[in-house]
Amino acid sequence: MSRRWLKANALLTPTGLWLGIFLIAPLALVVQFSFATRDTGVARAVLPWTTQAYLTALDPAFLPIFGRTLVYAVATTVACLLLGFPLAWFIARHGGKYRTVLLAAVLIPFWSSYLARIYAWKALLDGEGLVNTMLGWVGLGRDGGFLLTHGVVILGLTYGFLPFMVLPLYVACERFDFRLVEASYDLGHGRASTFFRVVLPGVMTGVLAGSLLVLVPSAGDFVTPKLLGGVDQSTFGSVIDDQFRGGNNWPLGSAMAVLLLVLVVLVLVLRGRRGEDVL
Amino acid sequence: MNRRPWILGFVVFLVFVFLYAPIAWLAIASFNSSRSLSRISGVSTQWYVELFDDSRVLESLQLTLQLALASAVISTVIGTLAAFGLRRAFPGRGLWTVLLSLPLVVPEVVMGVAMLGFFVKIAGIPLGFGALLFAHVAFSLSFVVVVVRSRVSGMDVRLEEAAADLGASPFVAFRTVTLPLVAPAVVAGAAFAFLLSFDDVVISSYLTGVGSTTLPVFVYAQASKRGISPEIVALSTLMVTTTAVLLVIGVMVASWRARKAGSSAQLV
Repeated sequence: MSRRWLKANALLTPTGLWLGIFLIAPLALVVQFSFATRDTGVARAVLPWTTQAYLTALDPAFLPIFGRTLVYAVATTVACLLLGFPLAWFIARHGGKYRTVLLAAVLIPFWSSYLARIYAWKALLDGEGLVNTMLGWVGLGRDGGFLLTHGVVILGLTYGFLPFMVLPLYVACERFDFRLVEASYDLGHGRASTFFRVVLPGVMTGVLAGSLLVLVPSAGDFVTPKLLGGVDQSTFGSVIDDQFRGGNNWPLGSAMAVLLLVLVVLVLVLRGRRGEDVL
Repeated sequence: MNRRPWILGFVVFLVFVFLYAPIAWLAIASFNSSRSLSRISGVSTQWYVELFDDSRVLESLQLTLQLALASAVISTVIGTLAAFGLRRAFPGRGLWTVLLSLPLVVPEVVMGVAMLGFFVKIAGIPLGFGALLFAHVAFSLSFVVVVVRSRVSGMDVRLEEAAADLGASPFVAFRTVTLPLVAPAVVAGAAFAFLLSFDDVVISSYLTGVGSTTLPVFVYAQASKRGISPEIVALSTLMVTTTAVLLVIGVMVASWRARKAGSSAQLV
């Protein structure tokens, strides 16, 4: 073993130990739980081994919930991209010496309580909220406001996860050579063609890294859908939460968590090496 | 994209409106005379007064601050070491990268239930401050590594080599050359870790013990029963304002030092 290898591993050991004990071991335990039998007495997980939990998790009754979760996660990722890209590009390209300040300005709102922000949206969007009142002035008001709709859950998720998209996108934009845009125009490409053939490939690592940070975590979020969407908007995350918090059924909750983990691994494998340097 | 930056500028303006609308609304509502968040009926500072009288909120705020501080210190120290470990290519670096990206992409609810099961059933770690600290460091670490690593990998190795050539010992070279170069990223990483811990609801909600409720968990429990209390709105307003003021001071100090040093300063 070379000296460099030893040195690198020595520096990484504390992190490796911490993650090994407090993250990997717990995740492994969840995998074990998912094959256990439900103990009806305390609703926890006991032996013997069985695949019953997976059969229950894949029951068609849960399909609408999976579908809804998927729609929320994908829509949130797309919305974060649509909002985050102009922001990251603008700061990297036109920010000049104010780049740091602008980037910090993106993050400042997140120093308030997450729950308070969600409730602020709730207040802004409900029947007597500011948004509905203002829309009412131009005749677009809506009885009861906009709560308990899919749109509002996606809005809340987008708001919560936007920084995780902006930061990797910004890193990618900052590394992008803006002269390529000029070159593309000079060579006769239009705006759309320049965007899709020059800009997008150039910042792809950031797009991938950002999407990764938004997609799977937003699929697991249950607080935002619960608070903004109401009881009918249960998602994958909230079903998992119910199995554990009520002490309902740990094996089932674990099996569902494992399914989400499979999704994580799948996305990581699909990403391969691209975007690795940004994340 | 470049020819009409004002269109882009307008879009960016709208995104900032989106980002700040709820914060601005919180600030306004914190001075509301009624409990309602959506209807402003008069001006009053009573929620700020009640906030500083509410010992339960203040106690959990104190616990949350201690936890966030401890978590930020630990994850910054070991995360910075890890970022340096990943600096040069070595066999197995890809595997480390995968391990480190796990906390970034595994949904919080999965981490939360996994840690709950592990701490209670296997490790025998009682729920409360310790369990919270172990968990918070575990999910903050990767963010520190990402932030610091981006700075470390962009660093000019020749600067350290020059220091060595000029006779600096490895320790002196690290302290006088390397550390000042990565310090902004270390600070940013620490701030990130602090924020992640300070605002965490989901994972903490599984691991709080009796008498060790963090503020976000306390707020969540309260909010799901009867909405969010105006005191929390006032507290959020205070927190954002404090951060913004600290940031402005930081930027001013940085630009003042940069002017003094005659070079441009970069914070992130």
